[in-house]
Formats: sequence, C-alpha cells, structure tokens
Amino acid sequence: MFYREAGQFKTTYAADSQIFPIKQDRIGIALLFACAFFVVPFVAPAYVISAILIPFLIFSLAALGLNILTGYAGQLSLGSAAFMAVGAFASYNFVLRIPGIPLLLAFALGGICASLVGMAFGLPSLRIRGFYLAAATLATQFFVVWCLTKISWFTNSSSSGVITAQEMTILEFHFHTPASKYVLTLSIVAVLALLAKNMVRSNIGRSWMAVRDMDVAAEVIGIRLMRTKMLAFAVSSFYCGIAGALYAYAYLGTVEPEAYNLDLSFRILFMVIIGGAGSILGAFLGAAFIILLPILIDFITHALALPTSVSSNLELMVFGGLIIFFLIVEPHGLARLWQITKEKCRLWPFPY
Amino acid sequence: MSFFFEVLIAGLLSGVMYALVALGFVLVYKASGVFNFAQGAMVFFAALTCVGFNEVFGLSLWIAIPLTMLVMVILGMAIEKIVLRRLVNQPEITLFMATIGLSFFIEGLAQLLWGSQPHKLTLPIEDVPIAFLMDQFNMLISQFDVIAACICAILVLVLALLFSKTKIGRALRAVADDHQAALSVGIPLQHIWAVVWAVAGFVSLVAGLLWGARNGVQFSLVYIALKALPVLILGGFTSVPGAIAGGLIIGASEKLAEVYLGPIMGGGIEGWFPYVLALLFLLVRPEGLFGEKIIRRI
Repeated sequence: MFYREAGQFKTTYAADSQIFPIKQDRIGIALLFACAFFVVPFVAPAYVISAILIPFLIFSLAALGLNILTGYAGQLSLGSAAFMAVGAFASYNFVLRIPGIPLLLAFALGGICASLVGMAFGLPSLRIRGFYLAAATLATQFFVVWCLTKISWFTNSSSSGVITAQEMTILEFHFHTPASKYVLTLSIVAVLALLAKNMVRSNIGRSWMAVRDMDVAAEVIGIRLMRTKMLAFAVSSFYCGIAGALYAYAYLGTVEPEAYNLDLSFRILFMVIIGGAGSILGAFLGAAFIILLPILIDFITHALALPTSVSSNLELMVFGGLIIFFLIVEPHGLARLWQITKEKCRLWPFPY
Repeated sequence: MSFFFEVLIAGLLSGVMYALVALGFVLVYKASGVFNFAQGAMVFFAALTCVGFNEVFGLSLWIAIPLTMLVMVILGMAIEKIVLRRLVNQPEITLFMATIGLSFFIEGLAQLLWGSQPHKLTLPIEDVPIAFLMDQFNMLISQFDVIAACICAILVLVLALLFSKTKIGRALRAVADDHQAALSVGIPLQHIWAVVWAVAGFVSLVAGLLWGARNGVQFSLVYIALKALPVLILGGFTSVPGAIAGGLIIGASEKLAEVYLGPIMGGGIEGWFPYVLALLFLLVRPEGLFGEKIIRRI
C-alpha cells in the first residue's frame, strides 16, 4: 500500500534515468546507508563486526566482481580467488616497497595489478566459452597460487610464506579497532558498488549483456568483442583484487597464498548463483547467505549437542542440500525473490 | 634413455587413471548436458562404501563390490529423481551449481556413514614391478598400473559400443542434443537419465577402487576430479575416445614436465602444468581434440 510509484511524475530526463526511480527505494537506501555508517559501528559488538560484517562486505565485493564477469558478461570463471590473491599481495608489496604510499592508492594499484593478470588470463575467452572457459580459468587459480608460494620476493622472503598486512593508516588516522576497519571497508564497498551499478546501466553494461546473450549477434551489431570481454575481465578482476586486499588487511591480518584457494573461488561463485547472476543486489544477498548459513548450522548443531565429527559432516550435507534446494525453488537467485516481493508489495492489497 | 621411457610409461599409465575419472564426466555430460562436478565425490563415496562393507561388516571384497555397485546405482537414480528431474531445461550453469551442491552433500554423507579416517584398500592385484621388463630393459613398471589400464580399456570399449550400437545409446545422444526435442519425439527422459547416472555411478566405483587401492581411501580422492578437468578440455567434453587420449597426454606430459622442467622451475609444477597445457591447447582447438565442432547460428 505504501510502496508504489503512483503520483511520482518524472519531469526531467535526469529524473527519469536515476538509479532508484521510486521514492520509497531512495528513502530505504538512504536509511540503510545511514544505519550502516552511523548506527552499526557504535551499537554492534566487536565480534559481530569483525567476524560477520567485515567478511560479509568483503565477500560481497568479490561476488560483485565475479557477477560483473559471469552474470553480466557471461564469462564463467573459477579463478576469482586468484585475482583476490594478486590484489592482496600486490598491495602488500606496494606498501612495503614504496614508503609513504597512501593506503588507498596501494589498494587501487593492487587492483590494477589484478586486472592486468585478469586480462592476460582472460585472453582465451576470445576463443573458448562455457565450461571449457571455466576449466581453463582453473589454470589461473593454480598457477597464481603456485607463483606466490614459490617466488619468495612476493612474500618478502618470509620463511613460512605468510605475510602480515601492514597497519592501515590514512592521513595519520590508524585503523585499529574493528569498528574503524568496518567503516573503511564499508566506504570502499559502497563506492565501488555504486560505480558498478552505474556501469551496468550504461552502454558498457549493455554491451556486456549483449555479449552474454549471444556474442556473435553482438559482434554483428557493432560491439567490439575483444574490447568488451577484456574490459569485463579487467573490471571484474579489479573488484576481486580490491576485495582480496581488504581480505588480507581488514579481515585476516596475516595471510598466506593458500588462503586464496579453489574453495574460496567456489564460495564466491556460490554467492553469485545463490544471490542471482546479473544483479548487483544479488551479490550482497548471496554473500550474506553464504556467510550466515554455516554460522546458523553451527548454532543448531551446538544446540542439539552433537559430537563434532557428526556436526561437521552434517554441516556439509545441509550446506549442499540447501544449495540444491534453492536452485530448484528459485534458479534465478535471491535477488529474483526480492524482486517478486517488491512486485507483490506494489499491488497489495488489490492484486488485480 | 630407459629412464625417459620409464617416466613416459608411468605417466601414460597414470593418465589412464585420470581418463577413468574423466570418463564419468563425459558420460553424464554427453547424455544430459550436465557438467557433473560431483563425480569426484561419487568416486570417494564408492570407494569408502566398498571399504566400509569390507571392514565394518566383514564382508569379503567379492560381496562388497556388487553391493557397492547396487548402492551406487541407487544413488545415481536418487540423484536423478530428487535433483535433476526438478531442474529440467534450466541453464547449464544452474545444473553445474546443483552438482557442486551435490558433491558437498555426498562428501558429508559418505563421512557421516563411514567415518572420516583414511582407510587402506587391498585389491587382489599386487603392486609389484613386472619382472620381465625389469630384467630386459631395466625399467620399473608396476603390474598394478598395467592391469588398471586393461580394466579401463575394457570399460571404454563397452561404453563406446553402448553409445554407438544400442537403442539406449541413440536415445542418450538425442537427449544430449536437446532435452525438449528428445522428449517430444517420445524418448523417456527420466529413464535415460536414471540409466546414465547409474552407469556413471558404476564407472566411479571402478575408479574409486583403483584409485583407492593406489592412494588409500581418503578425502583427497575428491580432488582427483579436478585433475580430470584438463583431461576433459583436452579431449573434448563429449568424446569417450577423447577422454582416453586426453588422459594419456596429460598423464605423460605431467610426469615428464615434473621430472625435466620441475628442477628448473622450483618443483611442484604438477599442480598447474596440466591446466596451462590444456589452456594453450584450447587456443588452437577450442573444442578439444575430439569434441564436436560447435556450429553457432544467430
């Protein structure tokens, strides 16, 4: 009854093409941002911030990156964790080897390194597609992790191959507490998410979607395949790279190349599929689902007082079962469910 | 030179083992267009169940193996009935994700039933070097590997005949082409899928027994499925001979690279070399060695 656009007339082109055309959406988003920036850091306990909210934001960013590549440009990839690793280790080396480099610049440079690697490994996408491409991107995954482990320069010759992320400092402000790390992560993620939202609404996003739907047809109507696909790989890897850097700096602190293994890639792919491929909101919903589900299952098995050997296996089963369940019930992901709910709300209470 | 041949033959024989896993993938992909990521988990499940029957219930291997086969067939049919039937005509990526979920489920189930500690599996085939080759050419070639290769060859032959000569095989290929078209000409989709998954279960049992006897029955069996992926892209997803050829190439080149290139590059290149090889190969032939040429219309 309250959620409908009746009476909201657009009088300018700018108003017609804004991100959230419905007023209620704008209010909702503004409230969400206000709450996330000004209420959560002061109210939420440190455990919730550092163990749930920060990883949630980081994984959302990584899922967003993969969503651009897989959901919008249609290039299936199983190597997103590798790009995260490149971002993290590149940022680490920039901070280490260029004294006094601003932290955000180091992150951005790390992201750019990741996008260069992404473009190099994205080249085969011009020739191959579908599952062949997915299996080929596994090469990225294994090769990058091997490189980071074997070439000790990347880890500053640390004997165990583990790096300890430097302290995060911006303009003399030290990010020590979980709350401050959270605010930094949230700001980066918010900016990049808005950027992505605008990108997919612009002609770049449209050409990605054209390539996804049928690349031969896209080429016929004058979209340059090479450029479009490479751009998708570059942008996606940039997002993953930044997420990887945040994963090392804001979440784990100390990290080894093996932390960015195939499992992580799969988890990010899960987030994209469960959340909804080809949707910015979906990346966030998917990340929330994949982060919260194990915690919830853990909680339940604890409550039932099952032995650990049973509960860990049960967790695997429930996790796998739920993924199948969701795919059967709603193959287009949580974002689609949200959309349906919104449609229902607009018609309620007179759905005819 | 005999060292070179020893490495080469050992590589080829281990390639046969990869091919065995890849075969399970090809079967399911060919018949239902599903990229079955759960193949590795099924291999693990089969091996663990067989060992479980053997150890926990004290059955002899000759009873345990047919029993496990029965379990695998039931599992395959259950997968079809519970999961795939509800996902007919969904995009390939959705089916792929469902099989990843499935692999989690099967891994959890296997360990819940039989415990997660590693087991030893002893088949009545001895893992000793063949004396003849040892004396004549001074090469160490395991008898076990040779017999495994023979089993694999027989399996491939039977499957190739099944696909090309029988009515079921024709129906399988029709389903692979187009679900809805196959349904509309009266092919019972559900039966076909049940058959395919049962056969895939059987293949994974053979693979599980051989791999389990080689490396011990443990969780890492799940990861051999990943080793089968470069084999698949080399050989083509839809070709049974391709899986064999791909397996041989990957097995041999991987071992040769580890022995001859490994020391130069700092070792451990076995982990990624097959993938990079497959990737480079794809640049030349995008549909693999024996894959069907993809013709695309607008």
